[in-house]
Amino acid sequence: MSRVVRSRLLAGVFLLALALVLAACGGGGGGGQEEKGGDTEASGGGGSSQIAIEGSSTVLPVTQAAAEAFNQENPDVDITVGGAGTGDGFEAFCSGDTQISDASRPIEEDEIQACQENGVEFIELPVATDALSVVVNPQTPIDNITLEQLNTLWCPPAEGQIDNLNQVDPSFPDQPVNLYGPGTQSGTFDYFTDEVCGEEGASRTDYQASEDDSVLVQGVSGDPSALGYFGLSYYLRNQEILKALTVEGIPPSLETAQSGEYPLSRPLFIYVSTQALEENPSVEEFVSFYLENLDQFAEQAEYASPSPAAQEEARERLQNRTTGTDPEGALGGEEKGKDEEKEKTK
Amino acid sequence: MATKSGTQTTRKGGPEGGPVFESSTSMRHALDWVFAVLVFAATMVGLVVLVVLLVDIARDGLPRLSWDFLTSFASVFPESSGIYPALLGSLWLLALTAIISVPLGIGAAIYLEEYAPDNWLTRLIEVNISNLAGVPSIIYGLLGLGIFVNLLGDITGGQSILSGALTLSLLILPVIIIATREALRTIPGAVREGGYALGATRWEVIKSHLLPMALPGALTGTILALSRAIGETAPLIVVGAATYITFAPDSPLTAYSALPIQIYSWVSQPQPGFQTAAAAGIVVLMAVLLLTNSIAIWLRNRYQRRA
Repeated sequence: MSRVVRSRLLAGVFLLALALVLAACGGGGGGGQEEKGGDTEASGGGGSSQIAIEGSSTVLPVTQAAAEAFNQENPDVDITVGGAGTGDGFEAFCSGDTQISDASRPIEEDEIQACQENGVEFIELPVATDALSVVVNPQTPIDNITLEQLNTLWCPPAEGQIDNLNQVDPSFPDQPVNLYGPGTQSGTFDYFTDEVCGEEGASRTDYQASEDDSVLVQGVSGDPSALGYFGLSYYLRNQEILKALTVEGIPPSLETAQSGEYPLSRPLFIYVSTQALEENPSVEEFVSFYLENLDQFAEQAEYASPSPAAQEEARERLQNRTTGTDPEGALGGEEKGKDEEKEKTK
Repeated sequence: MATKSGTQTTRKGGPEGGPVFESSTSMRHALDWVFAVLVFAATMVGLVVLVVLLVDIARDGLPRLSWDFLTSFASVFPESSGIYPALLGSLWLLALTAIISVPLGIGAAIYLEEYAPDNWLTRLIEVNISNLAGVPSIIYGLLGLGIFVNLLGDITGGQSILSGALTLSLLILPVIIIATREALRTIPGAVREGGYALGATRWEVIKSHLLPMALPGALTGTILALSRAIGETAPLIVVGAATYITFAPDSPLTAYSALPIQIYSWVSQPQPGFQTAAAAGIVVLMAVLLLTNSIAIWLRNRYQRRA
């Protein structure tokens, strides 16, 4: 009896393993992707036809649009795009694991150092512009907010103190205000706090936070005294239930974001390793293709594309292999940061 | 039946005409009934939540589900987006994780339960394994990044399916080990002693008696563990699973994506079309889960009958 049980047992364990393996392989064989599988197999040995991209999940849709379009013309190039976050992306990029890094903020000093230590040189290229929309419930009778007022409302000293609109500005109505915003893990949060409070991560904490922007949309549209901020595309998709405030008199839109007029416009970047450009012709092809069709890819991802001048400059940078970081140039406007300083102190 | 004879016994055994026991009978029966209702309610809570979830997801996702959805690549256009590379990535992960973790887990359990001497080292290992089962999965992701992706990158291919499967194996090993040990522990000592008395070695007793008897329990643990592995997102993001890939993975050493990562990515997109795609993706994930689970449950039932 024991022998029977034993052989059955072994057969059973084998069957389980086999079933799982077959499931994986069977899936690979079927599904009408045979030519594709063949191609990757043929070129699997050489690393030259692989492009690894990691970084911000905000930039991911733009890069994905580019990768998808590029792959249709060059099916033998294997592209992977990850969305682990800007910081994790740079970590992989600076240790040479990826050839391109998506970033929703410019590279930071310590990240530049890490790149230098590993001999990774990079070209910084703006690929799209997002605008943070400040929105209120349509019933709220205000239309404009200044950066200074946002500072009064959102920065740490306001915590537990400011809960009425007229505390922000005497001209505002006497009406309670409930705040909605992204959680601290979000790049949007980092950007907003940096622009409005002057320090990344400095924010009052007594607000409704969610990493999911559609939750914020629901919150603001359902609460008559709500005020919140999130990426432009979520406002554009929900215009009938939200009211966007003009910031410093400028409404958030794809146009004002592209021109850099809108004060809360945030450039999105890709960073390309110069070494990868030299070693892997596909990387050069891909990046050139990406830059040539920026308008299309940014639109598909529901962002504004960089201004024509900024796009031209990006192409020149790639051609001349201009390394280093110069984020202010990304919006096409000179010294954007300083303008804001002035406005804040007004 | 049983309760009736029970009352009779107490009446007989109690003092003459003991009214104390008589009066409490209905009360005790009522309590019995209340308890039965409570445990039934406890069961239903889980079941109802599951059904609500399933119905909700199926309503959103089923209309979107099609052969095209299963065989196309992800896209920036929600309507033409598919789940093919992610599905394939998840199946690869599942198969490799099972192949790596099941022999290791069952092996470790057999050693700890049948061979290991009862000393401080063994006890230390046992405490550690129990604690490891409760460690958040992202920690395993960081460990996998350090060891499999960076340190052993030349062997595992860096951010490859193999690295992901090894990381998930670490994650579920403690659960498999604990379940298998529990199963081995429930086997009466007489089975072992009988075998030794007939001159069988430890290995012979294990392979002919203990393993077949412990297999149903071990498989239950393995099913739960693998189900957990296939739904994990955090450790895979850390060890470099891609969100978007332009090719189908065809070996353990290639880059990959996985179902939960694809679903997570779709959910965070503003276009409503991607929310539907995410719901359809969840249906696919559940189907894969149920399919693999039913294979394992079928196997378990076979051995339960034989053991």
